[in-house]
Amino acid sequence: MTTARRHARIGRIGLYTLLVWICLFFSIPLLVVISTSLKTSDEVRTFSIFTLPTAPSIAAWIKAWSSACTGLNCGGVRVGFWNSVRILVPSVAISVLAGAITGYALSHWRIRGANMIMLLLLICAFIPYQVILYPLVKTFSTIGIYSSLPCIIAVHVIFGLPVMSLLFRNFYVGLPEELVKAARIDGAGFWRIFVFVMLPMSVNILIVATILQTTGIWNDYLLGLIFAGRDNMPMTVQLNAIATTSTGIIEYNVNTAAALLTALPPLLIYFLSGRYFVRGITAGAVKG
Amino acid sequence: MPARLQGETAARSPAPRALASVAAPRAGRAYRTRSLAAKIALIPTILVMVGCYYASVTWTVYISMTRSFLLPVYRFAGIAQYERLFATPRWQVAYGNMFLFGALDIIGTLCLGVLLAVLLDRAVRFEGIFRTLLLYPLSISFIVTGLTWQWVLSPTIGVQQFVRGLGWEGFVFDWITQPDRAIYTLVFAGIWHQSGLIMAIMLAGLRGVDREIWRAARVEGIPTWRTYISIVLPMLRPLIVTCVVLIAIAVVKSYDLVVAMTNGGPGFSSDLPGKFVVDFEFERANIGQASAAATVMLGSVVAIISPYLYFELARKNR
Repeated sequence: MTTARRHARIGRIGLYTLLVWICLFFSIPLLVVISTSLKTSDEVRTFSIFTLPTAPSIAAWIKAWSSACTGLNCGGVRVGFWNSVRILVPSVAISVLAGAITGYALSHWRIRGANMIMLLLLICAFIPYQVILYPLVKTFSTIGIYSSLPCIIAVHVIFGLPVMSLLFRNFYVGLPEELVKAARIDGAGFWRIFVFVMLPMSVNILIVATILQTTGIWNDYLLGLIFAGRDNMPMTVQLNAIATTSTGIIEYNVNTAAALLTALPPLLIYFLSGRYFVRGITAGAVKG
Repeated sequence: MPARLQGETAARSPAPRALASVAAPRAGRAYRTRSLAAKIALIPTILVMVGCYYASVTWTVYISMTRSFLLPVYRFAGIAQYERLFATPRWQVAYGNMFLFGALDIIGTLCLGVLLAVLLDRAVRFEGIFRTLLLYPLSISFIVTGLTWQWVLSPTIGVQQFVRGLGWEGFVFDWITQPDRAIYTLVFAGIWHQSGLIMAIMLAGLRGVDREIWRAARVEGIPTWRTYISIVLPMLRPLIVTCVVLIAIAVVKSYDLVVAMTNGGPGFSSDLPGKFVVDFEFERANIGQASAAATVMLGSVVAIISPYLYFELARKNR
């Protein structure tokens, strides 16, 4: 009995040790980037990024935010930050709402072919962006909005639609049908039921969808690069441009600070929202 | 029997029986007009789905079967673009890399993700802290992930420089600058970013396993690790298949990570199909080749999901 208990104890110690090591592997890149961003330019040039800063300063953060250069533009990542915000807010609002309406219409209204539409939408969620980039670029140029804010917002709504619809449909299917029926008997129509019965019950799923879209759109690179145009370049695109500029001495402290500033909004959402984030990520995993 | 049927209909319709006969035709019409609103609400979605997805896919696939170069040409030319594509050295590297990176990334991410799920399933204390630390990479963009790993693995400032600074002057770890090794560095970053997702999915599966199975295994005296390998994980096979499909699709789609980490280099040694398509479409303006490459990407995704969807649907319908 005692040997068995000792074995169990050794097992548990081994288990926690392994977990701690793996957690270190996961956290080291973030710690390294944070520590480098707090260094002075001299320190960055002479030591590896694994050493701790001797005199931590936020000078690099200030420079990254307000005066880091992308080519000849030296406005810092705040330019990209505000571009990303301008893209993010309408894109998230429209795509979440569109997904909610589609999911609702496909769940309680017994439309013929609803399952077929769902299957076709599901397939859309798997299609790589690259396959439809060129037709979309052509179409948007023909309409005359290519490389503009409306263009990038429309693109985010298009690419968010399949996953958002699936997410809401799966949620609404789980709600009791009597709710809609009772409202219908009371004379409420499609939109009234949506606004007064369904939406108030969807707070959780709305949070999950909003978090999923917010992190997804904030972290997007390819769509922003192609559809946003020079004036609306999102933060990820600007960050990559700053970090890969190879003229002069590379200021790793500024680059790491810029990377952290870019990663900060989704990280904050993650740390503040915890389980909602995980639910969204697992539900929207197909989006990749 | 008829009594039960009647009872059921009565239970299903909230209106009293007496009213039902009178209200039925009116309710029927109202039902139809109201579902008309639902149909109208679906029109934008259907238009986007058909126009932006299915028509666009058809367009791209068709262009890949023409002689388009700078501008689209619409005369059918068979598989000429594909012959040229697969004769292009850069594509051969990118396409081969997809399988190499894919195999290693799937194996690594799946093993680490499942291991973590099992560890967390066992470890009761501090689970919240561990989960938080293991899942945060998922919230970070592939651009930041790629840049971070580029810095960590860079020979001049990263691991190599650090170990040399510790006194081991001859230490070499410069895979990211070696043409035949750079693709492997992407695997580190891929595993780091995705394992948490697999862990979250698998942990949910492990928590759903019937407690009776664990009790039975304990009564039989089967060691815990053996129970996992021989009983619990095989039970979760559908979930594991889902995970593999998810990672595989992410591999086919991957673009940002390679752009930020190696930018396909040195040369084009770490190129991937996703980057090949974007470069050929927007930098080299070779629409024919880009469309052919994009179609191959689409084909790869179809090859991954069609058997999966088929079996999933068959399983759900059963």
